[in-house]
Amino acid sequence: MSIENLIVLLYVLVLASYVGFELIAKVPPTLHTPLMSGSNAISGITIVGAIICSGPLPGEFPLSKILGIIALFFATLNVVGGYVVTDRMLQMFKKKK
Amino acid sequence: MNQQLLTIIIQLSYLVASVLFIIGIKMLGKTHTARRGNIYSAVAMFIAIVATLLVRDVLSYTEIFVTILVGSAVGTYVAKKVEMTQMPEMVALFNGFGGISSVLVATSEYWRMAHDANIAMPLVTGITVVLSVIIGAVTFTGSMVAYGKLSGKVNGNAITFSGQHAFNAILFLAMLVASIFLVLDPNNDIYMYVVLAIGLLLGILTVIPIGGADMPVVISLLNSYSGVAACFTGFVLNNQVLIISGALVGASGIILTQIMCKAMNRSLVSVLLGGFGQGTTAAAGGSASDIQVKEVGVEEAAMIFDSASSVIIVPGYGMAVAQAQHIVREMTELLEKKNITVKFAIHPVAGRMPGHMNVLLAEANVPYDKLIEMENINDEFSNTDVCLIIGANDVVNPAARTNPASPIYGMPILNADKARTVIISKRSMASGYAGIENELFGYPNALMLFGDAKATITKVVGELKEM
Repeated sequence: MSIENLIVLLYVLVLASYVGFELIAKVPPTLHTPLMSGSNAISGITIVGAIICSGPLPGEFPLSKILGIIALFFATLNVVGGYVVTDRMLQMFKKKK
Repeated sequence: MNQQLLTIIIQLSYLVASVLFIIGIKMLGKTHTARRGNIYSAVAMFIAIVATLLVRDVLSYTEIFVTILVGSAVGTYVAKKVEMTQMPEMVALFNGFGGISSVLVATSEYWRMAHDANIAMPLVTGITVVLSVIIGAVTFTGSMVAYGKLSGKVNGNAITFSGQHAFNAILFLAMLVASIFLVLDPNNDIYMYVVLAIGLLLGILTVIPIGGADMPVVISLLNSYSGVAACFTGFVLNNQVLIISGALVGASGIILTQIMCKAMNRSLVSVLLGGFGQGTTAAAGGSASDIQVKEVGVEEAAMIFDSASSVIIVPGYGMAVAQAQHIVREMTELLEKKNITVKFAIHPVAGRMPGHMNVLLAEANVPYDKLIEMENINDEFSNTDVCLIIGANDVVNPAARTNPASPIYGMPILNADKARTVIISKRSMASGYAGIENELFGYPNALMLFGDAKATITKVVGELKEM
């Protein structure tokens, strides 16, 4: 990775963190649990990394591929489970019937 | 397809996904848009996954698809089956999976680079691999311990031993040294294993000294870590969408952590050092008889409710343990039919995770506009006839306002003691998590309703029906 590239990524990191802080600062306590489980599902974005790492053809760096596939399994659990459970929770939040 | 065009398509898809993640998380912050926000974010994830699959050779699709299918099936099954009362441990478990996934991705990428003779590992990659592995490992084992504690599989109390902090500090230093060696000599795997092993160990050691009621802070913090781990993995793989979504999660976790700490009037450091209440338990243990309490029976309690015109209910972790949320809702409806106003007062750290009470009561079909935050309801207690406290203790302890010697002094509490009558549904006189006496129980306007919350409230409802 070149240093220019690293700088760009740092820009992305700093700006995204700022956006994150701004967006979440005023979330009402009612939504703390869904926010947490919803953002937890988002952290399963490593699934993208897992797919990339599951890439190499068989025979080439077999351990990397195996690790990638295991990572993919856990990341999928995290992503799918996280979204489904958040949706289930949010579905229950109702105003007066 | 033309390779360059493909790259452009993928990068643009990542951009779309990032924007959708941001919109989704923004919508998650408002009650009426939250569910759609979650769906937006799921769509973003789907776009990111499909775009990434485009990069891969068709040859390796099979394993990837099978893994995703199996993972999705298991994830959906677990998420559909879990009880709402088990939500805290569920979140901890999924969080841990995210952590282990980051560790494995970083390790996989490290292994490939370390064993590919054609690639010299750049310094930046070495550093980010190390960070990704450490934070991912701490997230994984830390979340697993939190899961164990919350689900009751592991003793939920603070587990401390002498020299604990020194031991952790030494481990941390050792990990730091190994990390430096790894960065300087990236092709030597042994350092990698050392860093990984210590990271996993530190995750366990840093969470075991933290007791049950501090769990809201720990879960929020671990949630933040899982985002930060994903973020560093993004640096390893030079992938923006990982960095952006990881940063969003990291920020949201840190904000929740701050809110939780503030609600307990404790610093993050003091929570992390753990062992809260250990010293005072012994000191307060002997004086349990100092407080003279008045008991109340179900029948009398029902009469008090019947003659009230306003009721505030303060739920706590005890309500979750007793699974009393449904019967509480039934009681609420019954009282409202008698033209009695009923509100719920929610302390930010009631329960074992941020917003725990809100989820439980939502599941029992209590409309969310009846759940009032601490700041908005505290002035109302003095104009309220009856305050019913169910399984809450420290969050209503007036010592937080009046007794500078109390370990919870300064913690914002619900002013339940100001209500004309306070009925406390409690199993026994045992002290709360902080291990301190609650002088409220001895107040002249306080009445103890002893017994399992679900059983006693059910009886109260029975009595109310006959009135």
